[in-house]
Order: sequence, then structure tokens, then C-alpha cells
Amino acid sequence: MNSPLLQVTDLAKHYPVAGGRTLRAVNGVSFTLRAGEVLGVVGESGSGKTTLGRVVLRLTPPSAGEIVFRGQDVTHLSRRALRKVRRHMQLVFQDPYASLNPRMSVEQILAIPLQVHEPSLGRADRRSRIEEMLRTVGLFAEAADRYPHEFSGGQRQRIGIARALICRPELLVADEPVSALDVSVQAQVVNLLLDLRERLGLSILFIAHDIAVVGMISDRIAVMYLGRVVEIADTLSLFNRPRHPYTEALFSAVPDLGGRRDRILLQGDVPSPVSPPSGCPFRTRCRYAEPDCAVEVPSLVERSPGHLAACHRPELVLASPLSDVAPLPRLR
Amino acid sequence: MTDVLMVEDLAVRFRGESGVVDAVEGVSFRLREGETLAIVGESSSGKSVTALALMRLLGGPPNCVVRGRATFMRQDGEALALLSLPETRMASVRGRDVGMIFQEPMTSLNPVHRIGAQIVEGLLAHERLSPRAAEKRAVALLDHVGIPEPALRARAFPHQLSGGMRQRAMIAMALACRPRVLIADEPTTALDVTIQAQILELIRALQHETGMSVIFITHNLGVVAEVADRVLVMYAGQVVEDAPVDVLLHLPQMPYSAGLIGSVPRLDDVRRRGGRLAAIPGNVPDPNTRPAGCTFHPRCAHARPDPCETARPALEYVSDGHTVRCARWREITV
Repeated sequence: MNSPLLQVTDLAKHYPVAGGRTLRAVNGVSFTLRAGEVLGVVGESGSGKTTLGRVVLRLTPPSAGEIVFRGQDVTHLSRRALRKVRRHMQLVFQDPYASLNPRMSVEQILAIPLQVHEPSLGRADRRSRIEEMLRTVGLFAEAADRYPHEFSGGQRQRIGIARALICRPELLVADEPVSALDVSVQAQVVNLLLDLRERLGLSILFIAHDIAVVGMISDRIAVMYLGRVVEIADTLSLFNRPRHPYTEALFSAVPDLGGRRDRILLQGDVPSPVSPPSGCPFRTRCRYAEPDCAVEVPSLVERSPGHLAACHRPELVLASPLSDVAPLPRLR
Repeated sequence: MTDVLMVEDLAVRFRGESGVVDAVEGVSFRLREGETLAIVGESSSGKSVTALALMRLLGGPPNCVVRGRATFMRQDGEALALLSLPETRMASVRGRDVGMIFQEPMTSLNPVHRIGAQIVEGLLAHERLSPRAAEKRAVALLDHVGIPEPALRARAFPHQLSGGMRQRAMIAMALACRPRVLIADEPTTALDVTIQAQILELIRALQHETGMSVIFITHNLGVVAEVADRVLVMYAGQVVEDAPVDVLLHLPQMPYSAGLIGSVPRLDDVRRRGGRLAAIPGNVPDPNTRPAGCTFHPRCAHARPDPCETARPALEYVSDGHTVRCARWREITV
């Protein structure tokens, strides 16, 4: 297998909050991303997945840990030095309405990264790169002369992807890139990312809360809860044999065309990361929790090759969504 | 079962600087007692405008013209013509006979008033209650929709609650006066899937308990499969298919409905990873440049120049309770 493009070790991001307390948004996360691989990061709001993406890109400095990108330690790089690295790591945002400047034409929007990273490029070359990129993401070259409001949500997300890819980065961090879109358009954008990954050999950190979407696109999946990775595995291994009760609950929450079925309904919200539960962070919402779960934070343990989980009850056999897929409803 | 709401030929036309837009073109349906009717479609299909027009929340002429008929049957048997009711009477229908919840509870709750006070306001407007009794009811309602420590949360401001809790508070508010109909416009779209599952379960439980009818507006057929009894699929301002939920999911006749079903990511899609989701190509047409003929033909794999590009198809009968707007539905298999 390829050498890792990105290696993250014990990464943490802490924020001070009122009362001298600390919000641990990311709390000791480690993973590797190989070249050409798609790693999905899944979890609810408050799980720390967005912060993780931002720290990996060094948009915000980490509190602890190490980030090695293309063999280079980028954890403490200066802003100037980071600029060179940034060209190879780019971000796609969730909201295609808020992330494009409404007063700039698409050409102007796509020109900025080129001006920063390839300043020697002449005007005509820049224009042809922009047109080529627009075609790559499934838009017309003439889109360059139009403004964001003239496009639908799905088309705007294509523009956001074009902006991220125009300098040919190796790593794309996509933070909920489809959750603001209609389901029909969501499918288009997921398909586009799959195409681009094949054609451009892109590595993607794909962050989302919907595990069905994440499963569609990812080679491996990291499940996050309260700032920690609670399970990480190859996609098929995770789907065939989830090893953490939180993963099982995430599967169960996906609305299914097969209609109503018994689901494991998670109670309440994610607890505040300022005062997480003692011991296992998930125990307050876990249907398998025992008194002992409150004592220690479980560590990530390899349970089968490449499949790690952090749960005090390794004996549990959890429901796989694949053995349990409801058939389409029978006619009455 | 008795009908609670009958809508006939509802049409909404907006007039703006860029010309005339027919957002809704002749929508008809019946909502039965205790039934959940899902209205499904992509953005700008007209599904939300349909609901807003029924509630008379769209403003009036000359900028917005609503035509058609909508009859609401009150609990006491009185029939109300919603589209021609005087505004003062309409105000008593909203919130009392028909409750509404919206996609983003943060924008529909007043950010500077406490949650409890906002529920009390509705109760006092519609029911003869003392302020103290209304406050007690508000706390009981918050408790009922599963908000922990309801007395404490009643004193909270909207921003102090999570997205899921805010949506629960909205539901408490909408159901405060025990409406016959709840209109839920994308109530779970802004939420995590885990919280979405909680809210869908809550709406189902409350409906089971009160026997109310629900109009559930969404773009996600996965959600529809979970909640609906019947489905109205809308495209470009028109109903293109109307069927019981099992029939629609199992035997859709309109290629657009089939496309919406195909684009729902399913957990077993992971088995053919690297494969592609069955997306519907293209976009919903701009309302002022809708194509001639069938409005869906530019995106339809089954379209033929004749008849699809020549005439606007009519809604045709497929079987009892199932109609479809496709000129070729008998010839094609979707």
C-alpha cells in the first residue's frame, strides 16, 4: 500500500471557556490517510469532526499532537511556510450559499487560489485553467462569467469544489459537503466526488453526520464522539460488524426506504464537551452501559486487523445494517 | 374516514420585477383524519408555497395571487373556506386548528423571548386560560415533547437549546392548542440523523395519541417511508404523482418519483461501493422558464419528442388512490 499522505498523532484542540474550564473539541485523535484514499469522519454535531478538519488543515493551531503531511511535520509551521503547503490541502464547505462571495464572478472566485499559488500564470492561461476546471466539475465554461446567485445549490457546491481543486491539491477536506443539499442533488455531488477521486487520484477526508452517505464514498471510516475516535475500520468491516454501540445507533438512525422498523433511538443530545461524562464518554446514551463503564476512558483497541474500537464491552455482538436491511415494503 | 382538509386547484402566482412566476399550478388533494400526507419534491417544486398559501401566509395581491379552494372541517363540523375567510377568523385558525413547524427552529422562534413565554402567548391568544394556568400548561407541554427539566427550559432563550431541543419546543408550541392538522415543513432537514429519528418518533407518537392529521413536507423519500401514509410528489409547481406510500415506493409510475427513490443513500449501497448513486441529472427548471410539454422531460431518461415535448400531460388514473402525470406511463417501466 502507498505511504501515508497524512499522519495525525494524538491530535488535540482545546478551547478555554468561562469559569476557567476547558472545552476539549478534539481529544487525542490519531489516524493515517493514504494517498488516493477516502477517509470518512462521522458523528453528530458536537462530536468534534469539523474542528478536526480545521486543525488538520492548520486553519486553527492544534493544542497538542502532531500532523505530518507529505512527509513533512506541519504541526508548528509558520504562516509563510504554511502557504506553500496549503496549495496541496484544500477545503470544501458545507453551505454553498455562505461560502461564495456574492459580489464576485465565478472567474474571480476561482482566480484567487491561482493568483496566490501560481502567480506566474498569465491571464489567458488562468482563464483556460478555470474553464477546464469548470468542465471537470460538470459545469459549462461560460459559467465563469456568471455570479453565485445565478446557480442552484448543487451547482454552487460544484463551484466550491472547483475552487478547492483548481490548484490540484492532493488532499481535500470536505466538511458536510452535501448535507445542505436536496437528496437528489446530494447524489449528484457524491457521484462527482467519486469521479474526481478516480480521475485525479485525490485523497479525501469526508466529514458528515449521515453514515449512509459516508459509507457510499469512504474506504475507511472513523466514528467520532465527544472529540474522540470511538471506532475506526475499513468501511465494509464497519458495516459488517460494528464494534461500538454508538456506531450501531448511527446505523439505526438512517431513514430507510423499507419504512418503519425497530430502531435504537439515541436518547437526548451529545453531552457538553466542557463537562463530558466520566469514564466512557458515550455511556450516558449507551443501552449496554454498565456501572464499570463510568470508571475509565476506554482506549482504542484493535479488535480485528485494521478494526479498532474503544468500548469496555468487547463481548457485545452488535447489529450490522447489512444483515438487517429491510426489503421494500410489500403491497397491502 | 372523514376528510379534514380538501384542496382543489390551488394556484399561486407571484408578480415581481423579473415577471410572473407560477409557483403552484393547480394542486388538489384531500387530507383524511389521522392521516399523514407527505408532500415531496426538490427545492422550488412548490411544496412549501402550497402549505404557506393554505395558511394564508403569503401576502396578498397584486404581488401574490392565490386561486382555488381549500375547505377545512373543524372539529364541530363547521366547514371553513380557508382562502376566503376574513383575516381575523383566519388568525384563530392558525395555531388553534392548524399548527405549523418549520425547518429551522432558530429562525421561527423569537430569539429575545423565553421559550415558555412564547408558548404561553399562543395559549392565551386561543384559549380561555389564566396566565398562571397557561404557564403550567406550557411546562407540561415541554415535558410532553420530551424536554428534560421542562420548568427550567421554559425559562431558557432559544439560543440556549440545541437544535433538536428547539425543534421539540416548536412542536410543543404548534400542538399547544391541540390542532386537527399539523403542517411540518422540512422539520428535520437541519438536524443530525440521530436527532431526526427522535423527532420523527415524537411526531408519530403525538399523532397516535391525538389523532391529528399531518402534512409532512420533505425532499427526502427515506423520511417519507418512515412517516407517511400517502405521498404527493410535486415537480415544478404541479402534482406529478399521488399514491399510498407503499405503492409509491414499490411501484412508482412517474420517472421523477423513481429518481427521487433512487437518490436516497441506503446502507446496503456500501456493498457496491465505488458504484454510483442513481442521481437525477440536471436541476429543477427556473419557474419562469419552464420547458414546454412535460416540465420534467429535459431530465427524463424516458422522454420522447412526441408526446413529451409537445403537450403538458394531465394527471391520469392508475388505480384507486393512485394518479400520475406522465404521458408515457403505460409504455415505460421505471
